[in-house]
Amino acid sequence: MANRRLAPASEQPESFAFSPENAEWARTQIAKYPEGRQASAVISLLWRAQEQNGGWLPRAAIEAVAAELGMPNIRVLEVATFYTMFALEPVGRFWIQVCGTVPCDSCGARGLKEMLQARLGPAGHVSADGNFSWLEVECLGACCNAPMVQINQDYYEDLTPESLGQLMDDLAAGRPVKVGSQTGRVSSEPQDAVNTLTDPTLFDGSRVGAWRKRFEEAGKAAEPAAATGEAAAGTQQAAENPKPARPDAGRPVERTVTDAPAQRAAGGETPVKPEDRADAAERGRSTAKHGAARQGDADVLDSPAERVVAGEPAAGEQGHQETPARDAVPQQPEASGASEGEVAAETEEARIAGALAALPKDASPEQKADAVGKRPPGLEAARAGKPDELTRIKGIGPGNSQRLNGLGIYHFDQIAAWSRDEIAWVGTYLAFPGRIDRENWVGQAKALSAPAQ
Amino acid sequence: MLSDQDRIFTNLYGLHSPGLDAAKKRGAWDGTKFLLEQGRDWIIEEMKASGLRGRGGAGFPTGLKWSFMPKKSDGRPHYLVVNADESEPGTCKDREIMRHDPHLLIEGCMLACFAMNAHACYIYIRGEYVAEKHALQKAVDEAYAARLVGQSNVHDYPFDIYVHHGAGAYICGEETALIESLEGKKGMPRLKPPFPANMGLYGCPTTVNNVESIAVAGTILRRGGAWFAGLGGKNNTGTKLFCVSGHVNKPCNVEEELGITFRELIDRHCGGMRGGWDNLLCSIPGGSSVPLVPAEQIIDAKMDFDTLRNLGSGLGTAAVIVLDKSTDIVAAITRISYFYKHESCGQCTPCREGTGWMWRVMQRMTEGRAQKREIDMLFEVTKQIEGHTICALGDAAAWPIQGLIKHFRPEIEKRIDRYTANPHSEPVPMAAE
Repeated sequence: MANRRLAPASEQPESFAFSPENAEWARTQIAKYPEGRQASAVISLLWRAQEQNGGWLPRAAIEAVAAELGMPNIRVLEVATFYTMFALEPVGRFWIQVCGTVPCDSCGARGLKEMLQARLGPAGHVSADGNFSWLEVECLGACCNAPMVQINQDYYEDLTPESLGQLMDDLAAGRPVKVGSQTGRVSSEPQDAVNTLTDPTLFDGSRVGAWRKRFEEAGKAAEPAAATGEAAAGTQQAAENPKPARPDAGRPVERTVTDAPAQRAAGGETPVKPEDRADAAERGRSTAKHGAARQGDADVLDSPAERVVAGEPAAGEQGHQETPARDAVPQQPEASGASEGEVAAETEEARIAGALAALPKDASPEQKADAVGKRPPGLEAARAGKPDELTRIKGIGPGNSQRLNGLGIYHFDQIAAWSRDEIAWVGTYLAFPGRIDRENWVGQAKALSAPAQ
Repeated sequence: MLSDQDRIFTNLYGLHSPGLDAAKKRGAWDGTKFLLEQGRDWIIEEMKASGLRGRGGAGFPTGLKWSFMPKKSDGRPHYLVVNADESEPGTCKDREIMRHDPHLLIEGCMLACFAMNAHACYIYIRGEYVAEKHALQKAVDEAYAARLVGQSNVHDYPFDIYVHHGAGAYICGEETALIESLEGKKGMPRLKPPFPANMGLYGCPTTVNNVESIAVAGTILRRGGAWFAGLGGKNNTGTKLFCVSGHVNKPCNVEEELGITFRELIDRHCGGMRGGWDNLLCSIPGGSSVPLVPAEQIIDAKMDFDTLRNLGSGLGTAAVIVLDKSTDIVAAITRISYFYKHESCGQCTPCREGTGWMWRVMQRMTEGRAQKREIDMLFEVTKQIEGHTICALGDAAAWPIQGLIKHFRPEIEKRIDRYTANPHSEPVPMAAE
């Protein structure tokens, strides 16, 4: 976190009001968001206010934006201090933000910082002539063109201390400067060595429509091979859509990832393989899809029937969502990523939400719970008249303990034995979806029901 | 090498016009109506069949994510939010899509919205990308003018698309923080559950996808999930934009097949390693959040999700930061620690306090002003931060340091030895900020 404070009172202007053009522009921004959600425009408006005020945001502007959007001042102040692009103190006419994060840092950003330090003094101060101020900022997202700076709104890339100095001289003198790379690159291509995207057919429109061939082939393939719904739809679509694929428009080197009957027919082979015919005789199998599976991908399952055989739930069955094959889709560590547990939780939550959405709003807890899981078996009364103290489980309070007793659940070992379906049932019944897993009731119950040492 | 014909982003370098006419010649908006007519389920099945894994870093299967959205609306509108808050250090791919191939993105938004029964899409672009915001807005205006999108459009599916911008907060790349920010609040991540697919933007079902994941959708649907799945390897299918930065001769963005080896990627597209392959020290293969991989392990590794995960790192956003032997690796990781200290939103204590603590210790270690036992303590603290925060920023702050200690412990110890071998007067300790 960065410490960010408003400028001292001595530097704050008395008042702030949007210019008529900006006020009009603000209305168009607010109109982007649904009725009553005008707070969404707060960043845009603060930004425009900052531009109008010479690159920094005074308190008066923050309050003006709050009034415009009908937000409490503190909410807008929070936003203004949270986001680092709002300069809360006056900046120079040219505000230089140097990217100092690792890719730039390793490519010479330190040199730029030393140069600016020597020329303008410490970061965050406006130079004596009012022209410049500078600040080291975090990654600006132009890493292939490191090192780079942002001056006001423009990116200047592929810099050296010398070229940055030259750039500053030109800006101060009002000479035109080139935005972007300072070494002649167009954008982030390898300098003077572009060896990709050189095929002219990519750009002259000759590939447009070539992909439709696939749908026509799928249509042809479906006819002899006992078409399934999807393939039949393809035929129909192809028939309805008369624009023909230009035969010579397809790229000659297109990778044949399908082994379509039409291709086989073109090669002089029997269009339908004997084994495909045999498959077609079996109910519920799609030969079209089976044929399309790539070699070496034998374990890529396609038809619902195959999934069931392999023990995976069929997609769409009873409105349930498909469970991701956990071993097939490993998770990555990443900043914005979902952890493996989260993925499972999200899948489960989506399934439960789907089942609940189908119920009427006034469904009783039992009805809701029955829709998502299986009621765990209960006891008539506690064994030997002595129920366990369920509140020893973290997450179960007196209320939940009573409701569990109402279900005939009195002992830790009962909770320890819950299956996935039963957990979903109880979670929904208690209206605490997901909580049983988060707090690991089952694990706690197992530990508690283990014979005392 | 991937054939030019199999590249999706044909105007990656901006050598051609980003305008609508040129984009159409390159194949954008080609038969979009036909694709929509195939139906919602067909689109989702085709995306699942393509094996596309989210390009924003987590690698979550995109088709599966789309299928999480409620099938029937309960009266609340559905939203698609495109995450263009590209701030992961090393990553600069979405920028090129937005300024050079924006129509692929807009078309993808329409297809994704259709598949998820959403009629409105917000693209959240990072505040620093001013030029990119204007380029994207221009493309959106073109699409409206040509009636490709809008309330009454040639595709007969009412669909609005809005460009929204942020104001410089890395954390807004986290999906729930992005939603908060889009609602006009501080970008502080939300607890999950409820997941955005149930309760996201304005409390409505929402899906957040990365720019690249959305922008490839049109081409995948046209050429087929099987085509995309035919590129790359199993579970790591398709093409990916790699952003190669750091100590290579010609840093660049390039679209390549997943599973290309590190060596081939650098040799073929980036003019080779600066100073030759013997000069490679290590690489951070997926943006600053993933642990580094030392030279001998990365040099012939396949660049895909699973291989890098098995190397104790990750593909992340495929932002390959290459570091040669001139790098002060301890200082480099310290700089990354500073980044996370600066970008922590301050919501969870382990991250707010821990990132600053780790950065201060790392600073001392850069100089060698530390005890060797503190290396273990630092490692232990990273483990205390990892997994104990609402979002993954805590993890992302911990992993680079763990990677450093795992692979370069002798380097840290060497500095401590060098420092202790000389007499110093200890500076007066400063209180924590």
